[in-house]
Amino acid sequence: MTRPINRDLSRFRDILRGRVRENLRQYITQSEMFGRRGKDVVSIPVPNIDIPRFLHGQRGSGGVGQGDGEVGQPIGPGQGEGGGAGGAGSEPGSGHFREVEVTLEELAEMLAEELELPRIEPKGRDSIKSRKDKYNTVSRVGPDSLRHFKRTFRRALKRAVMTGEYDPARPRVVPTREDTVYRSWRSVDEPQTNAAILYIMDVSGSMTDEQKEIVRTEAFWIDTWLQSQYDGIEKRYIIHDAVATEVDEETFYHTRESGGTRISSAYKVALGVIQRDFPVSDWNIYCFQFSDGDNWGEDNGGCLRLLAESLLPMLNLFCYGQVESPYGSGDFIRELRKLEKQHENLLLSEIPDRDAIYDSIRTFLGKGK
Amino acid sequence: MATAADVLRKEEIPDLQAEIEAHARSYGLDFFDTIFELVDYEELCMIAAYGGFPIRYPHWRFGAAYDELMKGYTYGLQKIYELVINTDPCYAYLMSCNSRTDQKLVMAHVYGHCDFFKNNAWFQHTNRKMLDEMANHAARVHRHIDRLGFDRVEEFIDVCLSLENLIDPYSPHIRRKRSETDSEPRMETVGTAGRFPAKSYMDAFINPPEVLEKLAEKRRAELLELNERGTFPEEPTRDVLLFLLEHAPLRAWEHDILSIVRDEAYYFAPQAQTKIMNEGWASYWHSTIMTRHGLTDREVIDYADHHSGTLAMSPTRLNPYKLGIELFRDIEERWNKGRFGAEWEACDDLRKKEKWDLELGLGRQKIFEVRRVHNDVTFIDTFLTPEFCRKHRLFSFAYNDSTEYYEIASREFAEIKKQLLQNLTNRGQPIIYVVDGNFRNRGELLLRHEFVGIELKLDYARDTLTNLEKLWRRPVHIETVVDEREVRISCENGVHDINTV
Repeated sequence: MTRPINRDLSRFRDILRGRVRENLRQYITQSEMFGRRGKDVVSIPVPNIDIPRFLHGQRGSGGVGQGDGEVGQPIGPGQGEGGGAGGAGSEPGSGHFREVEVTLEELAEMLAEELELPRIEPKGRDSIKSRKDKYNTVSRVGPDSLRHFKRTFRRALKRAVMTGEYDPARPRVVPTREDTVYRSWRSVDEPQTNAAILYIMDVSGSMTDEQKEIVRTEAFWIDTWLQSQYDGIEKRYIIHDAVATEVDEETFYHTRESGGTRISSAYKVALGVIQRDFPVSDWNIYCFQFSDGDNWGEDNGGCLRLLAESLLPMLNLFCYGQVESPYGSGDFIRELRKLEKQHENLLLSEIPDRDAIYDSIRTFLGKGK
Repeated sequence: MATAADVLRKEEIPDLQAEIEAHARSYGLDFFDTIFELVDYEELCMIAAYGGFPIRYPHWRFGAAYDELMKGYTYGLQKIYELVINTDPCYAYLMSCNSRTDQKLVMAHVYGHCDFFKNNAWFQHTNRKMLDEMANHAARVHRHIDRLGFDRVEEFIDVCLSLENLIDPYSPHIRRKRSETDSEPRMETVGTAGRFPAKSYMDAFINPPEVLEKLAEKRRAELLELNERGTFPEEPTRDVLLFLLEHAPLRAWEHDILSIVRDEAYYFAPQAQTKIMNEGWASYWHSTIMTRHGLTDREVIDYADHHSGTLAMSPTRLNPYKLGIELFRDIEERWNKGRFGAEWEACDDLRKKEKWDLELGLGRQKIFEVRRVHNDVTFIDTFLTPEFCRKHRLFSFAYNDSTEYYEIASREFAEIKKQLLQNLTNRGQPIIYVVDGNFRNRGELLLRHEFVGIELKLDYARDTLTNLEKLWRRPVHIETVVDEREVRISCENGVHDINTV
């Protein structure tokens, strides 16, 4: 039963979603506040919307309560700016946030609008096909549940007219076995585009939790965007210090190693993953690397060579985001800049703090690749 | 949670209703016919979000209220047992999954409310056919939406709701000199500036725009003249909405929507004015009826559980059910024992007071009288006693600016009473007057906030002014107190300004 309240409820939710859209910039940097609702929906806390009125504020307000307590004993917090008791003496501390549910698709669309992201044109690989069954034809055999009623009777009518059985005064048409037509399917090839995303992160001692949080936030938006652009997404995670390993998502964000940093080890693992799982002809491959830019000096040459000769030619994009760490020297990005000129699919961005996430995402995804 | 066998079925309602109704009448409760409907929780939340009515005009705030109620229920934070509206006949909604005991209690409670609606003086001017009226309002708003588009109408409703609380809840009870000379439907004729009521398709013929324009011109001239004679309005008025209806340059549809918002605000006002009494009265009767007649042995625990649930007090929140029922019981006891009047007041001997009992037996009679003539403010003012405050361990609390906490302020009777009255006065809303409709002789609007120690919530006040300017179409101002200084907050073309007066 549809109830009129659903009309008002969905209007209310639309307004809240509109708020997210308006203030997306702010939400981009705090996506850790998002809750997951199932596979394709996130819930975002947004400040409650209210109709402004002339109301009493907190200053000088109070009320009457009941129970024990000395004079001067605190009984509840005020609400700071933006809150405020409804009337004088109404209960302190009522909720001022609402959760609004947004699908990832919608979020990607908002992101694109906000950052003016171009749609990605998948690499020219029309050869990748996926077969899908479409019910767009008829057949002479099939189960009764798929019988095409209208066509069956049309055939029966035709037959009746042709054989002269048809009597306009008593228009009765009885389909026979031969008249019966069933809906049926045909297999069609559809071009399908898949993307593989490789995340590489430096987990050496110099990366702090703050930096990992930035990485997680960026990864969330990158996932959201690429997911909206491709039919299928595969993700792989690689962590490294002096040696690299492939891990699952959970481990990726929660591992902390100590010791040195050898970025080339991660590139080698990445190369191995690509060769094993993602044939270049079938996949759009993205690689995102996050590090504080602190690498062993003698390793830099090897890194650049691996990138230029092996990785970059296979990838749609290689994005390197350098977070600022109190310990890191931040040299690596300077090394990479040497390659930037010759390779247009190499994108570099520095992310000194949370606020830079916004521009970093724009740099990485703004290419339309 | 009730088991299947315990749940009331629809066909059982008439019997149960007849039983409870008979008990209620035997105590002298007097009510309109009451119609009970069983609804599931979603429906109950919907009706509650709509303020008790099944049909309202479309607006997102109902959706927001519904969302909150449903979440509160889902997370087990709150539960509505019953909902009853002030109409004739009285409609009451019962939640279908309540146990039979709950339903009995709720019915008894509902009859208390119905009696209150029918007999309390402050409800005498409410429209008892509000169910129809609300549906009419919805139809009118829908018509405007069809003509003008949803967004435009919604935006305007938002503006009107922003001013919704600027009414004078006492005004329906005042018979003014002016209204004697005015013919009956004053609002319609004066309010629309010479506009005649008309069906929308005839509107352009019955109310030709050029004539209206001329009238408006004339009115402007009158305003000017008025201003030369003195201020306008003659006296500050609290019915800001009426003032806007009469004097703001509104289009016909805008006028219509503003008048809808005002009508509904006036309809709901008495409920806010009598919250403590109304709930107290209903609780008094459900507990009286249930404990004396309603319960079979096996229902006692259920009842006790529910009853204590509704009457629980949380530290910072005044439970109107609890305060109300206790005060009614207190009054009943005092008038039964004769603990009132000059002799009682003059008595200083505490021991004598404790044993005071003149066996007058006037309690019942007194509480019926109280429910007829009082509202919350006068109720508390007249009947809250130091003994009561002590017995129920009441305290007053206040916001401490430096700690940003609410703190217990006092346990003195005078302080508690003062605080309570302050919270109840004007339903806890700031008192605001229209002072001048032609401020600085530039057609600007000046309001005044009557400052009683609590400052306005500033961010809200600014946004409200912005909305008011949209209606008045000229700059608007409000005089109030901020940081202990008298100031005037102005809004001109959406830009705000604060000046010390």
